[in-house]
Amino acid sequence: MDLIFLTELAINGALTGLLYSLFAIGLVLIYKASSVPNLAQGGLTMLAAYVVLALARDVGMPLWVAIPLAALLMFGLGFGIERVALRRLAGRPVIMILMMTLGLDIFLRGATLAIWGGTSRSVELGVGYDPLLLGDIFISRIHLVGAAVAIALFGAFLVFFRSRTGIKLRAIADDYMASWSVGISVERGVGLSWALASVVAVAAGVIWGEIQGVDQALSLLLLKGLTVAVLGGLDSILGAIIAGIILGIVENVGAEFLDPLVGGGSRELIVAAVLILTVMIRPHGLFGRHDIERV
Amino acid sequence: MFYRLSGVHHADYVSDSRIYKVPADRNLAVFILVIGLAAPFIIPSLYLNSYILPWLIWSAAALGLNLVTGWAGQLHLGYAAVMAVGAYSAIHAARFGVPWEFALIIGGLASSVIGSLFAFAALRVKGLYLALTTLAMQFVMDWVLTHSPAITGGSHASLQSPTLALLGQPITSDAGYYYVAFGWCLMVTIFMLNLKRSALGRALVAVREKDYAAAILGVNSFYYKILAFATSSFIAGVSGALLVAAFFFLAAPEQFSVAVSIQVLAMVIVGGLGSIIGTYFGVALILLVPGIVNGIFATTSANLGLQVDVETLAHMPNAVYGALIVIILLIEPLGLGKLYGNIRDYLMIWPFDQFRK
Repeated sequence: MDLIFLTELAINGALTGLLYSLFAIGLVLIYKASSVPNLAQGGLTMLAAYVVLALARDVGMPLWVAIPLAALLMFGLGFGIERVALRRLAGRPVIMILMMTLGLDIFLRGATLAIWGGTSRSVELGVGYDPLLLGDIFISRIHLVGAAVAIALFGAFLVFFRSRTGIKLRAIADDYMASWSVGISVERGVGLSWALASVVAVAAGVIWGEIQGVDQALSLLLLKGLTVAVLGGLDSILGAIIAGIILGIVENVGAEFLDPLVGGGSRELIVAAVLILTVMIRPHGLFGRHDIERV
Repeated sequence: MFYRLSGVHHADYVSDSRIYKVPADRNLAVFILVIGLAAPFIIPSLYLNSYILPWLIWSAAALGLNLVTGWAGQLHLGYAAVMAVGAYSAIHAARFGVPWEFALIIGGLASSVIGSLFAFAALRVKGLYLALTTLAMQFVMDWVLTHSPAITGGSHASLQSPTLALLGQPITSDAGYYYVAFGWCLMVTIFMLNLKRSALGRALVAVREKDYAAAILGVNSFYYKILAFATSSFIAGVSGALLVAAFFFLAAPEQFSVAVSIQVLAMVIVGGLGSIIGTYFGVALILLVPGIVNGIFATTSANLGLQVDVETLAHMPNAVYGALIVIILLIEPLGLGKLYGNIRDYLMIWPFDQFRK
């Protein structure tokens, strides 16, 4: 195996990995603010993609109107989900919160498909399908765009967390009791984190919808997103970006070597192995806080 | 007799540790048992085999998960994978010529061995991280099942189950299948009822509440966690094997996918953690209600003359199933078992309840 091929695998893997980060940022935002593992992010991503399509196709808006409008709608939905479903469960054992987000995920997926049907559609962003040539290396344009979006979102959150609202969110993440006592509205902060995660879901839904078509396979990103989030350390956005790149490279290069040995489809296995190893060896991930309850 | 606590006085520890402390509860259980035994003669076989039978087998499986999640407090998102191990081991054993009685036990033991692997994750982390690890293990198991033709015949293949035969009697009638499921469910239920009042059950609860405190009391939490995983996996394995032998008749990897794991967990949580009767309600709700709602929706829309998309009808049950989980968790996070308990406690002292206040 020559070096150029390996580089190509690594670069494309890293780009795909950044797209996983795009998904994982949604998980991290919510976990950071409320320590809730958001297993509904797959359903949210899928719904977001369908909403964009519904606005673009059925209403007939141009995409540059449809996407911000969808982001606005999802922002409201995120607030709503937190208000209706999650706030009532605050302080309950993690298993009930986990089940609640799983139930939300199932509901969002079922409802989305019941409304819009399951046939795969594409977003048609207008990004060319011909690969970009960088020397001898082929790079997919849409992956590049998606990676750029992920980096841009990361930058935006970096700025956001320095703003007044962002500092409040950080305070809530740090210690919600203390935040409460100094007059920060913890409920609003947690609701905001859900709303922001839903907006991130729009970005992830559009990019992934363009890559693999808008259908229910979008919700299958959950395992990869979770792995990225855990590897990066559930409450670190920088961690999510770096872990995404690492997972993408490991997955892409590893699959190339493993696939001939086991007869294909080893990507899932690699991702699951990374998740298990992370939890076993370093549960707080690369950049997470160390206060994880160990046995 | 309205006042059902009348004449119930526990004067010694033996009477206080009975399974049914109140005669009314015992009478109700006996009544349900009689109905269960007579069911093939009073319920049409269509309903018996397409609703009651899967309900009983899934209840047994969900009770197994309740043992590890409700009693021992360990999150488990890979339960379907453990069921798959039992199902495939038992069917391969039966196809090899092993009598079904032993094939079922082989399936259960094989599940126990694999299920104990999940326990090693539980020895290291707990809570959310344990859930994620078991979820990853479920994906690994899915992958192994779809990629090993020697076990499953490959991703789109299915494995025919040989005819079920117990004690030398081949079982082919609807009533026969029902009694097998009923018998297994009864065994698991009696085991769980007794678990509550045995040293094992108390040790598991101690581990659930606080493992440090349990260790101080002399309860070896590692040992009991592995024991809980192994026992629940045995129940899972036999239930999985019976599910294939008496209900699906074919084993396919999709029957034990991650969605099924989530479904069993939903049954347990909707039913109520650590509640036996709740588990039955939870299984009934998750297994049967989405289909019923969909049927009602289809007939009403047909009667009203509305054109409903085929896809809408196809995905409706999933939306209802998700909504059920959300709604039950919002109404009563402790599950249907707690709701039943509230009603029971109210009726227990019913005509005289005003005196308690």
